[in-house]
Amino acid sequence: MPPGERLTAALCAVRDDALPALVPYVTAGFPHRDDTVAVLRAAQDAGCAAAEIGIPFSDPLADGPTIQRAGWQALANGMTTALAIDQAAAARSAGVTMPLAFMTYLNPVLSHGLADFCADAAAAGVDGLIVPDMPADEAAETRAAARSAGVALVPLVAPTTTRERIASACRDATGFIYCVSLTGTTGARAAIAAEAFELLDRVRAETDLPRAVGFGLARHEHLLALRGRCEAAVVGSALLDAMFARQDDAAAAAGAFLGGMLHPS
Amino acid sequence: MTGGRGRFGGYGGAYVPETVVPALDQLEAAMDEALADAAFRDQLDGLLHDYAGRPTPLTHAQRLSDAAGGAQLWLKREDLLHTGAHKINNALGQVLLAQRMGKRRIIAETGAGQHGVATATACARAGLGCTVYMGREDMRRQSLNVYRMRLLGTVVIPVDSGAGTLKDATNEAIRDWVANVRDTHYVIGSSVGPHPYPALVRALQRVIGDETRAECIARFGRLPAAVVACVGGGSNAIGIFAAFLDDDEVELIGVEAAGRGLDGGEHAAPLSRGRPGVLHGSYSYLMQDEHGQVLTAHSISAGLDYPGVGPEHSALRDSGRVRYLSAEDEQAIAAFHRLCRLEGIIPALESSHAVHAGEQHAASLPAGAFVVVCLSGRGDKDIATVREHDGDRDDAAR
Repeated sequence: MPPGERLTAALCAVRDDALPALVPYVTAGFPHRDDTVAVLRAAQDAGCAAAEIGIPFSDPLADGPTIQRAGWQALANGMTTALAIDQAAAARSAGVTMPLAFMTYLNPVLSHGLADFCADAAAAGVDGLIVPDMPADEAAETRAAARSAGVALVPLVAPTTTRERIASACRDATGFIYCVSLTGTTGARAAIAAEAFELLDRVRAETDLPRAVGFGLARHEHLLALRGRCEAAVVGSALLDAMFARQDDAAAAAGAFLGGMLHPS
Repeated sequence: MTGGRGRFGGYGGAYVPETVVPALDQLEAAMDEALADAAFRDQLDGLLHDYAGRPTPLTHAQRLSDAAGGAQLWLKREDLLHTGAHKINNALGQVLLAQRMGKRRIIAETGAGQHGVATATACARAGLGCTVYMGREDMRRQSLNVYRMRLLGTVVIPVDSGAGTLKDATNEAIRDWVANVRDTHYVIGSSVGPHPYPALVRALQRVIGDETRAECIARFGRLPAAVVACVGGGSNAIGIFAAFLDDDEVELIGVEAAGRGLDGGEHAAPLSRGRPGVLHGSYSYLMQDEHGQVLTAHSISAGLDYPGVGPEHSALRDSGRVRYLSAEDEQAIAAFHRLCRLEGIIPALESSHAVHAGEQHAASLPAGAFVVVCLSGRGDKDIATVREHDGDRDDAAR
């Protein structure tokens, strides 16, 4: 199967309620080191189509306060890249069948070894890789390593991205296109920025791959606003905020939050 | 790592969120155009001359040389510049460039506060709004500079994450830039960061080396045996080295901060003890653990207290063109006192690292040789740190 095909298919599947597919971002090793598998299971049970597993990094440039704090807590818990790969494999053994993508910064990947990282991720059953500090023009070596391991390399595009750069990113993309909804870092926002919708149209003009909108999404209303405008929606900081508030049972907190985002009572 | 633009050997690149990549492209184009434009050069040279106080003198440190024994030590006096350090060379140039690009707002990070003060100064002059990010610990160590920035109309934002030092301030400045990139120019203070910053900062700081080289020829009819500069991010060092890179007979020595000692891990010496990795947008030597997490640096000098280093220094290390040594906190403090007592010059703690290494190197050379040490900044900002370090000891007894 070509890299990322499972991700592509999962994000394109049309839901009965026509909402975009929901993709949670969870920090591996947060709130406790060994919570990852249970949180991923809860997300799948809540109706999520795929998940991003964040491998924490000491200096996460693209992230706002919530994901920074979750990452530092995970690092303090002893989280490492190798453990995150083990946890992804454990999630597969525990019945997590939805597609999974690692999201992390370039340095932990380089430190693990580009080729080894991609091969180990693939062996663990991970479908894709997202690296927010590696723009498409710096990605040649990572793209080659991901392709040879059979892992999708998902590019990020932003409202400031030019048409030429969107075209170039889409040409090399596998899996899906990560559309950054706003000009800024991650973190829950009250409303979706208007520039997100314009970006989605510009990406559609360049590719048929699914478009996942991320950064800032936090509520059911955001999914309603995106209905018919994109294929998938990523929620990270708002989910982690819910898990921060209930660290003794983070999986239940994640399941309740994600279920509520799809089906508010 | 290979890649397209902005490489020094295999180092450099532009590893940043996609959001700011178009702004880096714009900056590169504006930089190339401005540096090739005689009118821009004239404007900048005029500012450096009339406002900053260039050219800076080359001062013979006679008594320091006698104490060291060996070669004669000459100091390139960047400490005499307006605002007290070489940082003003870069800040004036980048703020002019920002005006040329039509940016209305300036942000910067600062460690010791010298780059923050220089940027605040350039912005006050240009009438641009300025926000500076500074680690909480550095604000404590450098409270005088915090107040200077505020007097100049700059907003200083404390950064509490990590150790509250330069690395953390840089993270927050980059996040601000990601959020406000359309109308904001980020004035990076050292030869670090994504392309084209290392090249831009080098171009704006090489005036240090160009002046030094020309004066050595005019005054001595020959080049120095060695040029010595401290290296945090490495902007004063790359600035003075740039003019001498092709002069094979001139030994170039960069001095990192060895903090409490290289072996204990409490240092800021990525070129001596790190391995290549990516931080703040470029691939370069980096203090990191076995998992690729960036380590906390330590130096008594806030301006050197950084776990990364500019990518060109990584290339110069690997090629062997520059020899990178280190000086411990105590060695820098001792050199600080010697320069005070023997020459009547209170140096920045950053520059004191270079003074220490310069003395050591001079001692190994014949008396007829001469060595230039880049005195990158003055030490007014460090007086509280030195006083805290020395405690109740009577200075007169030293």
